[in-house]
Amino acid sequence: MKEILVIDDEIQIRRLLEITLQSSGYKVISQATGLQGLETAANHQPDLIILDLGLPDESGHSVLEKLREWYINPILILSVQKNEKDIIRSLDRGANDYLVKPFRTGELLARIRSALRSNTQAENTPLIQFKELQIDLAARTVTINKETVRFTATQYALLILLARNEGKVLTYDYLLKEIWGDAYIGQLEYLRVYIAQLRNKIEKDANHPAYIITEPKVGYRFVSGE
Amino acid sequence: MTLKKNQFIHFVLNRKPAKKMQFLLSGLAIGGVSLVAFLFSAYIGQEGVAFILLVTLSVIGMFFDIVPVLVAAVLSALIWDYFFLLPRFNFRVGNTEDKIMLSMYFIIALVSGVLTFKIRQHEMIARTQQEQEKTLVLYDAVLNSLSHEFRTPIAAIIGASDNLIADQPLLSPSDRKDLLSEISKAAIRLNQQVENLLDMSRLESGIIAVKKDWCDISELIYTVTLRLENELKHFELKVDTANNLPLFMLDYGLIEQVLFNLLQNATRYTPEGSSIRISANVTDPGLQLIVTDDGHGFPQGSMQKVFEKFYRLESSGTGGIGLGLSIVKGFVESHRGTVILENQSPRGAKFIIEIPTDKYYA
Repeated sequence: MKEILVIDDEIQIRRLLEITLQSSGYKVISQATGLQGLETAANHQPDLIILDLGLPDESGHSVLEKLREWYINPILILSVQKNEKDIIRSLDRGANDYLVKPFRTGELLARIRSALRSNTQAENTPLIQFKELQIDLAARTVTINKETVRFTATQYALLILLARNEGKVLTYDYLLKEIWGDAYIGQLEYLRVYIAQLRNKIEKDANHPAYIITEPKVGYRFVSGE
Repeated sequence: MTLKKNQFIHFVLNRKPAKKMQFLLSGLAIGGVSLVAFLFSAYIGQEGVAFILLVTLSVIGMFFDIVPVLVAAVLSALIWDYFFLLPRFNFRVGNTEDKIMLSMYFIIALVSGVLTFKIRQHEMIARTQQEQEKTLVLYDAVLNSLSHEFRTPIAAIIGASDNLIADQPLLSPSDRKDLLSEISKAAIRLNQQVENLLDMSRLESGIIAVKKDWCDISELIYTVTLRLENELKHFELKVDTANNLPLFMLDYGLIEQVLFNLLQNATRYTPEGSSIRISANVTDPGLQLIVTDDGHGFPQGSMQKVFEKFYRLESSGTGGIGLGLSIVKGFVESHRGTVILENQSPRGAKFIIEIPTDKYYA
């Protein structure tokens, strides 16, 4: 049974998450402060941590940083307001995903499933398969319904980066930096154009993307189209 | 609300120039008028000059504070005595008649200055009071609508959850499910009202910072239709965007909210099964977004008012606090754009949003 650690100071949210997650088959431990959260994380080595950014004793950002010094499993951030700066900051410092309160339970469970799944997908499998889409990393070929689709080098690099981080929100600046280099940070138009090109090639309907999902003002997330 | 009122009073009280400036201006007025009168003193005569100076004083009294007006009154009396009252060029006053005239001038100058000031003050108080009353009426209306709009979902949540906690054996599983879905609906509705109020207060306080970046409009439209998936199920949605739309320089979050509010209104206030159409076009200055429906349209007299804060059509029933369209207008205007509402023939409403902005063609 997968174990999830919830770090949130609001008792109502902790109760809600405990009931929701337990009824979905997860084992849940919850803590109200950053310090207790860090201790429990070290003792239990949970499979996933849900971390609230507004904690009473220290900021969620600092808890996240301390966790990421040794903790490699997914961390899902809960944030109370749509504060993109906070969200981007936490994603850039190693959070896998975020949810804004109030969130729908279905959404929360989907994010958890996706984060846990991508974590089990080994880094060096040569074959990545999502529904009709198959990427052969060794042969550098991409097929959709067994038909080969051609990509430019940059398009391919972007697709691989997204697909390898399935379920994880990758921020605009992270993607720009990884694919184009530091000089391109902030040049969102490049990214938008390339994402549109990728969607045209891999999505059934580029206007209704099923693989590359936009996280407005934050970045993109690759989903398996479950 | 109170903030606005205070700002208003503050504005009225401070419409006049600063104190120093008032002294300077009133001195200049008296001096200037006296100089002109002096040049024409051969034609006017001392009584005429007195009247001209009194008129000048009244004018000063209309605009300035009491102290500068009194100083101007004294100054004008001295000038009149020295330069015009015979014997001229000294402060001596010849005969008794002139002495009476000077004292009378002095009294009239003071009284007229003070009176004009007082009249103005009364007028201002009356105006502020009127404004306050209007604000109070609006405030009452808003409070009524707000408390209703908040209490209804809260009542639903409390009632339904009490019912579930009591765990009556007569409660069938489907009743249970209904109660739960009522709680969920009410909470979502509450959340939306809170979001609207927050958006509005951000607009009101002027802290809306427009953060523009390159936006893919098709993607934005898709995001909004996903958010409204449940509501849109009962409608016929048509999205009409050109294939080669450029990227537009916009604040994604704000424009997303604009489209969200327009679509949500359409799903709320047009009969189920109506068709809703979204189209995006490139215009010379920038982006044109159009949302149309084939519902009942808007009554003629309300076309402008619907964009006012807390304005609701009488026909609109429950489920809103009258902020949606004012937020639309506010967010569009924060992009220096315009929003126009038209009725379509034969029926339906049409919102046309035009935003001047940069484009990026891939």
